[in-house]
Amino acid sequence: MTAQAQIGGSFETGGGTWRFPANQPLHLDSGGRIAPLEIAYKTYGQLNETRSNAVLVCHALTGDQHLASTHPVTGKPGWWSRVVGPGLPLDPERYFIVCTNVVGGCMGTTGPASTNPETGDPYGLAFPVITIADMVRAQAMLIEALGIETLFAVVGGSMGGMQVLQWAADYPERLFSAVCIAAAPRHSAQNIAFHEVGRQAIMADPNWVGGAYLKAGVRPEKGLAVARMAAHITYLSEPALQRKFGRELQRDGLSWGFDADFQVESYLRHQGASFVDRFDANSYLYITRALDYFDLAGQAGGSLAEAFRKARGVKFCVLSFSSDWLYPTAESRDIVRALNAAGCRASFVEIESDKGHDAFFLDEPQLDATLRGFLAAQASARGLA
Amino acid sequence: MTAMREDFREILRLVRPGARVLDVGCGEGELLELLTREKRVDGQGLEISPEGVSACLARGLAVVQGDGDRDLDHFPTRAFDYAILSKTLQQMREPRHVLSELLRIADQAVVSVPNFGHWKVRWALLSRGRMPETGALPEPWWSTPNIHLCTLRDFTTLCEELDLRIDACAALEGGRPARPIDPAKPIENWRAETALFLLSRRTEAAPEGMPQNLFGEVELPTPEGLAPRPRRKKARA
Repeated sequence: MTAQAQIGGSFETGGGTWRFPANQPLHLDSGGRIAPLEIAYKTYGQLNETRSNAVLVCHALTGDQHLASTHPVTGKPGWWSRVVGPGLPLDPERYFIVCTNVVGGCMGTTGPASTNPETGDPYGLAFPVITIADMVRAQAMLIEALGIETLFAVVGGSMGGMQVLQWAADYPERLFSAVCIAAAPRHSAQNIAFHEVGRQAIMADPNWVGGAYLKAGVRPEKGLAVARMAAHITYLSEPALQRKFGRELQRDGLSWGFDADFQVESYLRHQGASFVDRFDANSYLYITRALDYFDLAGQAGGSLAEAFRKARGVKFCVLSFSSDWLYPTAESRDIVRALNAAGCRASFVEIESDKGHDAFFLDEPQLDATLRGFLAAQASARGLA
Repeated sequence: MTAMREDFREILRLVRPGARVLDVGCGEGELLELLTREKRVDGQGLEISPEGVSACLARGLAVVQGDGDRDLDHFPTRAFDYAILSKTLQQMREPRHVLSELLRIADQAVVSVPNFGHWKVRWALLSRGRMPETGALPEPWWSTPNIHLCTLRDFTTLCEELDLRIDACAALEGGRPARPIDPAKPIENWRAETALFLLSRRTEAAPEGMPQNLFGEVELPTPEGLAPRPRRKKARA
């Protein structure tokens, strides 16, 4: 176990890599197990004496634990620095904020690029297929190891929002409140279809080498970049793309060839190229698979309300964005309807935005106001100063 | 301003302590907050405007952004003890459907409607031949959100048709204390500016221990915090 703490800004940041011994494996939905399990995590702020101010933030598909601190690979600010910080809705001066890299990820938590103890080589495709519930089970192990009995809140957007729902289904007694942003209770055919395009792009890259590219000393960068480009389109709305790029050209006139003539092409190529520097192709396969397998109602015998049956004590806040076509508002409404049917108290807001699914990373004052209002009210109900 | 306070005061008086309450068109949540504080209700709001929803969240209330016309079917049957619809039934696209939905979701509904049979309304129409603009109906015809106005008698007839029982009824006028009325009396169709109803399904037995008239003459002390408060923002434009 390594943990370092330093003072960053005016609040304390900490974290490291939690190494569970081999006799504490992560049991998986598939029947398999991962041992030993390592979880990379970051913390912001301090756990109070009663251990009642802990907030778990769950990251999206390509996110990681670097929530509000500089990313070690890209050197960019944390992915939710806009929301997490002093005076912001998730204030580390008030809450002890934990963010973990999901199992199957590639930023320190055990994933397909980690060493397989049985062979001494990277797991590659020997890594077991994981689910959203497996990710949450691993988080729950870490939260317990950190000595936190009940989380004040679990918060997440997109895949992070699905983890929030899974937390409510699996560990309702360990939650006080839950915030689910721009998510869905299951992956739709369209969601699965887009992911399949991405996976096929990776697997079609000769440098993928049947998943054993790390041992071969290569990386399927072209395939992974194409996967990212296709996925990135689903994160933006049509009006946002049009406003940002329209038919603007990169330089005067057409090239009469296949260079990136249009700015939107250049933008997507850049998104793809910069993504491969920080992400592992096999992790992309495993995590998209986990998303495709996600179906909370399916896990509960076909009834979404049944999944939340034990979560009556949890206060929910569900948020969607009007222009999100990846996980549209109707999906969030289904969640709210099921919560109501299960007797849970839930709040729901559809935020007007033309920025598409990615709006939850971007400057959306109504998102901030809603988060701030909900969390502050719950904090006072919880007796947090 | 004071009219709303009387409205709230009557609802506060009606609602059982600890009840589960759905406030349809809850605005910024003043009524729900009041009910939560004074009656410890388990409250849920439904509100269409994002500003109203944000205000409710900041007050710590559970609120769902949605439209009374469309989103009531999201709530399970008999999930609440009371469903409250304050002065907005006449703004609904399908008031008849909304009324039945309220009494599917909740055991009782508290509904208030402006009475288009009020003498001022009749007088304005008769004397000037113009659409009335009164205290309860202040907007000109071209900007009013009220698309389905009715008289007291229209409303009681609809309740009959939907097999709803009127458990209590009171007239509200310009901020004066609520006056218990018998809505079947023709004179009330002239006198009541706004009427507040407590309704239940006729197929249900009357709740036990329910007084004959919930708007009895007993004067309750004014609960603290019932001081005049800013006018509630319109639930729907």
